Amino acid sequence: MSTDLRPDAVAATPARNPALRSRRQLPRFAPTGLFGLGVLLGAGLSAATGFSLTLTVVYGVVLGTLVLYVVARRVEGGRKAFDRLVTCLVTCAFGIAMVPLVSLVWTVLENGVRRLDGEFFNSSMLGIVGEGGGAYHAIAGTLIITLLTALISVPIGLLAAIYLVEYGTGRLKRAITFLVDVMTGIPSIVAGLFAFALFALFSGPSIRLGIMGAVALSVLMIPVVVRSSEEVLKLVPNELREASYALGVPKWRTILRVVLPTSIAGLGTAVTLAIARVVGETAPLLVTVGLVNGTNLDPFDGRMSTLPVFAFYQLTQPGVPPEPAIDRAWTAALLLIILVMALNVVARLISRFFAPKTGR
Amino acid sequence: MTTTDAPPAPPRPRRRPGDRIFAGSATGAGILILVVLAGVAAFLVSEAWPAVVAPAEDIPGGDGLTAYIAPLVFGTLLAAVIALLVATPLAVAIALYITYYAPPRLATLMGYVMDLLAAIPSIVYGFWGIAALAPALVPFYGWAEEHLGFLPFFAGPASVTGRTMLTAGLVLAIMILPIISAISREVFGQAPALHREAALALGATRWEMIRMAVLPYGRSGVIGGAMLGLGRALGETLAVALVLSGSGGITVNLIGQSNPSTIAANVALKFPESTGIEVNALIASGLALFVITFAVNMFARWIVNRRADFSGAN
Amino acid sequence: MAKRIDVSDLDIYYGSFLAVQSVNVSIEPRSITALIGPSGCGKSTFLRSLNRMHEVIPGARVEGKVVMDGQDLYGSDVDPVDVRRQIGMVFQRPNPFPTMSIYDNVAAGLRLNAKKMRKSDLDDLVERSLRGANLWNEVKDRLNRPGSGLSGGQQQRLCIARAIAVEPDVLLMDEPCSALDPISTLAIEDLMTELKERFTIVIVTHNMQQAARVSESTGFFNLSGVGQPGRLIEFNPTEKIFSSPDEKATEDYISGRFG
Repeated sequence: MSTDLRPDAVAATPARNPALRSRRQLPRFAPTGLFGLGVLLGAGLSAATGFSLTLTVVYGVVLGTLVLYVVARRVEGGRKAFDRLVTCLVTCAFGIAMVPLVSLVWTVLENGVRRLDGEFFNSSMLGIVGEGGGAYHAIAGTLIITLLTALISVPIGLLAAIYLVEYGTGRLKRAITFLVDVMTGIPSIVAGLFAFALFALFSGPSIRLGIMGAVALSVLMIPVVVRSSEEVLKLVPNELREASYALGVPKWRTILRVVLPTSIAGLGTAVTLAIARVVGETAPLLVTVGLVNGTNLDPFDGRMSTLPVFAFYQLTQPGVPPEPAIDRAWTAALLLIILVMALNVVARLISRFFAPKTGR
Repeated sequence: MTTTDAPPAPPRPRRRPGDRIFAGSATGAGILILVVLAGVAAFLVSEAWPAVVAPAEDIPGGDGLTAYIAPLVFGTLLAAVIALLVATPLAVAIALYITYYAPPRLATLMGYVMDLLAAIPSIVYGFWGIAALAPALVPFYGWAEEHLGFLPFFAGPASVTGRTMLTAGLVLAIMILPIISAISREVFGQAPALHREAALALGATRWEMIRMAVLPYGRSGVIGGAMLGLGRALGETLAVALVLSGSGGITVNLIGQSNPSTIAANVALKFPESTGIEVNALIASGLALFVITFAVNMFARWIVNRRADFSGAN
Repeated sequence: MAKRIDVSDLDIYYGSFLAVQSVNVSIEPRSITALIGPSGCGKSTFLRSLNRMHEVIPGARVEGKVVMDGQDLYGSDVDPVDVRRQIGMVFQRPNPFPTMSIYDNVAAGLRLNAKKMRKSDLDDLVERSLRGANLWNEVKDRLNRPGSGLSGGQQQRLCIARAIAVEPDVLLMDEPCSALDPISTLAIEDLMTELKERFTIVIVTHNMQQAARVSESTGFFNLSGVGQPGRLIEFNPTEKIFSSPDEKATEDYISGRFG
C-alpha cells in the first residue's frame, strides 16, 4: 500500500480490475500524508518564485487537495474521492475563516499594548497635544451611557418578553414577535439618526447629549433583550406555574416569585450578552453624543466621550504628530475587545453559577 | 369533533389590581416596541422632509436629492452583495464542518470561536481592515489589474492604499460570516436523523448523505440566514467608514482609487460636520437605508418563519 | 373544614371542542372519591375544572355549576384565585419549586401570597404540614436544602405538605402516584387515608387497585369514540363499582374487557 502514496507510483499504475479497485481503501493516515505532500510541493513552488508565506499556504492548500483527490480517485473510485474532496474543502473553509480572527486579535494586541498603561486609565485628553493623555473620560462615558441604556432597555425588554410568554395572545402577540425580529435588523446608524431626529425636533439640530446615545442604543438593545429573555422564560416548566396557581397565588405573583427566580440565571446571561452587543457600538454615538476632550459625567448636559467614538477620532483625525493618537486609538480598540470578551465570560459564569441548584 | 356554535363568552372574572397593573405594564411594554418602530419611521420622515422639498441646488452636490442618494445606495448594495457572495459559501461550509465533520469537542470550541467573531465590535473590524487587510491586498490588486484587467471589476488603476470596495466587501463578509453560519448550523443540526441514517444505510458517502438529506432540508434556512446577513451588511457603518476610501460616483471597478461610499458610512463621516439642509439630506439617506434593510429583514424573517411552519420543528 | 361539592350539568370545553359533557355528581366531605377511566376520557380535565385550574389553558372554559357548600365556584363575582386557595391540588409529577428550600416550599403558599406571619408560627405550620404529609422525620435535619434533592416519593409528599399548608377544604390529586415506585405509592396511600379525616379528597388514578384500596366512592369516565366528549358513566360506592356495577361499560373496563 505504501507505494501507492507516492503520486508517481500511482500515476504509473494504470487502472486495474475495477472490482479489485473498488475494494481498495486508503489507510487512515494517508489523507493527512497526501495533503502534507501537496503542501510541501506548494512550498517548493512558492520558493521557486521567491518565497512568501501567503503563496505557500495558497499553493499548498490547492495542491494538497488536488493530490489527495487524484490519489483517492485512483485508489478508491470517484464517489469516495469526491467525498474526500468535499471534506478537504469544508475543512479549508474553516481554516480560512480562522485566519482573519487570528490576524485581527494579533493586530489589535500588537498595536494596543503599547499604551495600555496607568496614564491611559487615569487621564483625559484635556489639554493634551501629542504624547500622553488617556481615555479616562471615554471609559467613564461608555460606562455611564451603557448603564443608562441597560436601565431603559432591560425593564422594557423584560416586560415585553413576559407579555409574549405569559400574557400574549392572537394578533398583537404575532405582530410584536415579528416586529421584534425585524427590529433586531435596524442598522445602528439609523437608530442614531432616530434619536437625533427625536431630540432635534424639540431642542434644535445642534443638540448632543449622553441620554440621546442611550436612547439610540436602547433601540438596538431592546429587541435583543426581548428575544433572548423570551427564549429563557419559555424554558420554565409549566408545572411550576400550575403548582403556584394551585396554591391560590395570583398570576402576577406567580411570575414575579416563581417564574422569574427560576429563570434568573438565563435572564442574567441574556442581559449581559445584550449589553456586550451594544457596548462597542460606535455609529449611533457618533451622531448623538459626539466627543469632548474633558471629562463630562452628566448624560443630560452636553457632549460626552465614549470609548468607540474616541478610538474612531483618534485614528481618523490624529493631529500632528499622528503616532501618539494612533497608539491611543489602538489601545481603545483593545480595551473594547477586552470589555466585550469580559462581558461574554461573565455571561457564561452567570449561567453556570446561578442556575437553580438541583440534586445533593 | 364535537363543536358548538360560538357560545356567549363567559362574564369576565373580576381581576386583582396586582394582576391588572402587571398585565397592563407587560402589554404596554410590548406595544411600546411597536410605537418605537413606528416612531423611528415617523421621526426620520419628519427630519428628512426638508431635504425632499428643498431646491436641487441646495442639496450637497447640487443635483438634487436623488442624484445625492443614488451613488450611496449603489455603493451600499455593491458592498453588501460582495460580502454576501463571499460569506455564504464559506458560512455554509463552516456550518457543515461544525455539524458533520469536526470531532464533537472541537465543534463546541468552534461554536464559541464563531460567537466570539460575532461579538467583536464593528469599529475593531474597521481598524483591522485598515491596518492589516488593506495593505495585504495591495499586491493582489496590482496582480489583478495586470492579469484580470479585461474584467470591468478589475479595471485599474489599482488603489495603492488597498482601501477599495472589494476590501470593504471582504471585511463585511467576515462580519456577517458568524450570522449566516449560526443559522445554517441550526438548520443543518435539525435535519431529521432518520433521513440521514437512511442515506448512510444505502451506502452513501458522507458528502452524498449531506447532499441527499441535509442540504435540501436546510436550504431555506440558509437563504434566510443569508438575508439576515445581507441586512447586517447593508447597515454596517464604522467598518466601511474606516476601510473604504469612498468619494466617487457609480462604478463597478472594485479595486480602483475612487469608490462610491455607502449610506451608513457616509452618514457617519459627514454627520458631525454637517449643518442645516445637509443634515436633512443625510437623514433622508438614512431613511432610504431604513426602508431597504426593513424590506430585506422582513423578507428574511418571512422565509425563516415559513420554514419553521413547514418543518414541524416546534 | 372539609366541604361538600355538588356538580350539575357541567360541560367542559377547549376552545370549541367539547371535552367533557354533562357531569352530575356529589362529592362527599371527609371521604376519598376516586375517578377512573381510560386515557383521554376527561378525568383530569374534570378534576382541574373543580378548582378552576382548567381555565389556565388558553381558550378553555366551562358551562354548568360547581357548588361548594352553597357557593357557586363559577359565579361571575368569584375570583378563581380564591377558589384555588380553598381547593388545593397535587399533580401527576412532583413539582417542588427548584429555587426554594424544603422549608420554603412548604411555606410557599403563604410566602408567595405575602402573608405576614411570625417566624415561630411559620415554623409550627411547616412542621405541622410536613408531619401531616409523613415527611417530617425524613427531612427535619435538612429543611434548608433544595426540595429538588429529595427522592421522587419524598418530593410528592413535599408537594402534598405544600398543598395542605394553606389549609384548603378540598384536596385534588391528579394521578399522584403514577410517577412513583410501589413503596412510595404505599406511603402516599396511607397518607391519603389519614388526610381524609380533615379534607375532602378527589383522586384521579389509572390504578384500579388503588381506587379500590383507598376510596369510598368511585366515578367511571368513558368516551364513546375518538373526538366524542367524555362522560361520567357511573358514580357509586366503591364496593358496588368493583363488585356489581350498574353499567355494562364499567364492568367491561374493570374486568379488562373494554375497547
